Amino acid sequence: MKKDIILAGVGGQGILSIAACIGLAAMEESLYLKQAEVHGMSQRGGAVQSNLRLSSDPIASDLIPTGKADLIIAVEPMESLRYLPMLDPDGWIITSINPFINIPDYPEMEDLMKEIWKLPRYITLDANSMAKDCGSIKAANMVVLGAATPFLGLEQSSIESAVKNLFKNKGDEIVELNLKAVLAGREHALKQM
Amino acid sequence: MRKLLLLGDEAIAQAAIDGGISGVYAYPGTPSTEIMEYVQASKTAKENNIRALWSANEKTAMESALGMSYAGKRAMVCMKHVGLNVAADAFVNAAITGANGSLVIIAADDPSMHSSQNEQDSRFYGKFALIPILEPSNQQEAYDMTRYAFELSERMRIPVLLRITTRLAHSRTGVECSNPEKQNDLKLPDNLRQFVLLPAIARKQYRELLGKQTQMEAASAESGYNRMIESSDKNLGIIACGLSYNYLLENYSGGKIEHPVLKIGQYPLPLDLVSELYESCEEILVLEDGYPIIEELLRGMLNKGKTIKGRLDGTLPRDGELNPVIVGYALGKKHLQGSAVPDLVKNRPPKLCDGCAHNDAFLALNEALIPYGRGRVFSDIGCYTLSALEPLEAINSCVDMGASITMAIGAADAGLVPAVAAIGDSTFTHSGMTGLLDAVNNNSPITVIILDNSTTGMTGGQTSSAFGKIDNIVRGLGVAEEHIKVLKPLRKYHDENVAVIKEELEYQGVSVIIPRRECIQTLNRRMRQKAKAKTMNI
Repeated sequence: MKKDIILAGVGGQGILSIAACIGLAAMEESLYLKQAEVHGMSQRGGAVQSNLRLSSDPIASDLIPTGKADLIIAVEPMESLRYLPMLDPDGWIITSINPFINIPDYPEMEDLMKEIWKLPRYITLDANSMAKDCGSIKAANMVVLGAATPFLGLEQSSIESAVKNLFKNKGDEIVELNLKAVLAGREHALKQM
Repeated sequence: MRKLLLLGDEAIAQAAIDGGISGVYAYPGTPSTEIMEYVQASKTAKENNIRALWSANEKTAMESALGMSYAGKRAMVCMKHVGLNVAADAFVNAAITGANGSLVIIAADDPSMHSSQNEQDSRFYGKFALIPILEPSNQQEAYDMTRYAFELSERMRIPVLLRITTRLAHSRTGVECSNPEKQNDLKLPDNLRQFVLLPAIARKQYRELLGKQTQMEAASAESGYNRMIESSDKNLGIIACGLSYNYLLENYSGGKIEHPVLKIGQYPLPLDLVSELYESCEEILVLEDGYPIIEELLRGMLNKGKTIKGRLDGTLPRDGELNPVIVGYALGKKHLQGSAVPDLVKNRPPKLCDGCAHNDAFLALNEALIPYGRGRVFSDIGCYTLSALEPLEAINSCVDMGASITMAIGAADAGLVPAVAAIGDSTFTHSGMTGLLDAVNNNSPITVIILDNSTTGMTGGQTSSAFGKIDNIVRGLGVAEEHIKVLKPLRKYHDENVAVIKEELEYQGVSVIIPRRECIQTLNRRMRQKAKAKTMNI
């Protein structure tokens, strides 16, 4: 088993929580894991990404070679396209369609969606509304994680126990909300695949 | 054995805690910050009374650590690469004094300048100071080498440098931790003149340090961190330093490399191993995630020996961090490229947060400066450096910690009046105070703006040494009371703030203006914690 994943978004959007969940789940299944994060200057509202590698064998590089990523998981649609050179020709893109507009020349949504629709394999989702339906827009990143779960090669139970672990300090209500968000994302992806 | 999921930085911190340190000293700087933060958050560190507070700068941190070593206890000091420039005086001379309790210095380099103004390679400093350097290739080695560094430093009575790079510092993986050791007891140096670097003593100590070089090289050969991995195809031999070994391995699924590889993790280099590889192979490829140090040594000035490939002959790029693809190309491998980035994807550079006080301060400064024209604002290192970019375009320099004030002095001396310095609160106490004293003694016609957001913002909101002290420091350095102005940088006070700045720009002496409003990030964090505490009570 080997999964190379690029997580993409804008600083502050919570991609590291997604990474932490997948990481915990992988640990539970005794997989090897390496996760290169971006800290420091780029976190201030800039484009951020994280390289997450899971494998049943030891992993050498912290960075994924170009053209080798199995998945791009993005919490922002323009950011989902920034790392296309990393994506394997057979890879999938899972992205939220909710734009984070903090630059003056952000492209038109219609053009952006057309670019995404050109790709051979993608899952798109309105993560913000889905999260709102689950109880809070803050769980949008967990909806995106949920949509990625069919592609991760991990047991759903490991993902769920990772979510429980990650949010347990915030109380049962928050745990339930996030589990619901993950499930909503997953069901959406299974329908769109 | 405990297995923990740790960043490279955290692996070093955990190793130091397990290795029996009594104190860690540091100034925040990407990519080294998380080392101190981990120790600060550690329950074990607290229970064992391990001292873990931020210092005013890297030099004070280094000296405090040296003092702890003098007293016989184990000390660690951490900084980013450019921090080692600040600490260099103490660092180089600590090699001459030698250590008593272990002294381990962590320098986190930033090739590709993800969050830095240069990509200098700290291995040069280690070589310059004539001390052993350790360079881990992964997080497990970062843990193991840190443990070993404490042992080596105490055994050889010298400081040891451990050099990491951003990619290792900020990448997380499973790390196995070994049994913890106890802290040392207080114990003075056997020779109470060891740390007195009077010329006569320093000459003796320096010769002692030179004499230890053979021992250091022997340690490099024995530790197991430098090893030859034999293979059959001797057309090429590969020297892989630190992290680059992983990028090399990534190019060989199954892990079997057809060329002999000398994996380097400890310096001074073990000459026997280097010579063995050189003699047995036709050509040598040197992989270094930093400057071409070994490559340059192997080539020599005239480059008349065997072909040495690397950053100097164009086999690898001359600058920037390595990655598996770059290393693959150097080995003649082909790499896939996914599809191209569509043109509509625009750059999204980092920027000041919504609601950031710096934004309001610079809007006021920009307006006040209109009559004088652009190009007279010297600035410094912190979040506010982002104001160089659109839309503010408010500052004209960012060089090194504290340079804003002193560059403004020089520019004013040259006739650029008024000259403005814009510096953050933490940067001011790091290296700005002495410059302000120069300005006062010089009666320079400069306006110093100390942007006080009451934290070290850029690195994530660490406690600032300046907190609650700036006004008195400025007064104490001799700035006239009537030219110290505190502002509230908020949109609604914009006009008054512009008026105050204008007035001080006209003054032909040193003015200090302090726009003071808490960092929006630390404020939000505090509010969240408050709200959480409240719900907990209910």
